[in-house]
Amino acid sequence: MADETLDASGLNCPLPILKTKKALSKMDAGKILDVISTDAGSVKDIEAFCNQTGNKLISTVEDGGKYVFTIERV
Amino acid sequence: MSDNNKMTIIATKGTFDWAFPPFIIASTGVAMDKEVTIFFTFYGLNLLLKDTSKLKVTPLGNPGMPMKMPFGPKWLQNIDFGPKIPTILWNIPGAESLVTWLMKKTMAKHGVAKLEDLRSMCQEFDVKFIACEMTVELFGYNKEDFIDGIEFAGAATYFEEASSGNHHLYM
Repeated sequence: MADETLDASGLNCPLPILKTKKALSKMDAGKILDVISTDAGSVKDIEAFCNQTGNKLISTVEDGGKYVFTIERV
Repeated sequence: MSDNNKMTIIATKGTFDWAFPPFIIASTGVAMDKEVTIFFTFYGLNLLLKDTSKLKVTPLGNPGMPMKMPFGPKWLQNIDFGPKIPTILWNIPGAESLVTWLMKKTMAKHGVAKLEDLRSMCQEFDVKFIACEMTVELFGYNKEDFIDGIEFAGAATYFEEASSGNHHLYM
């Protein structure tokens, strides 16, 4: 179960990434963030973001054009 | 954060459409743990004005620009009017404002951030904004015309900023 949820539905690049960054920066290490996005580009971008920043992408779930990314703050 | 994690951007374009790439790349850069500096020179200074309403986009001399309606029935939205409308019509007074308005509508529909929001997000993320002092004077601007929190400096300062970075873009 996520500690925080960020709904970035309807937002386009780069907003889901910027909002994810802001949300994570307010959280403590080890906490879990769920990011909801409707931007198909965020599948690759969230992965790249996590690779670059060291945060851990636990899972990506797609459901009818809606993506849920579960990220652990490091 | 190591020094070679720095990125610099030279922003030189002052139209509404070209205002987006520097702010998108800069804000994303900070989100990706880069330290970012943007050096605004020549027409790029427009991007730092308090009043961004003078920023317009025009199809004149811009044949790559798709011209699609942001509203109306699907078949209408699929038509690219760009190649269909004679260029001479874009000389009509008000054409620029109309096209800019349509582009803003299209962006809002696609969930693209507003220019001012992207810019203030960059500032919130500590992107360093440097306005080229020489072009500020050249174009007769006053420092009060620009938003707060920016520096005024010259090319040498850009080089000093860039020397510690490994990622430099000219836009």
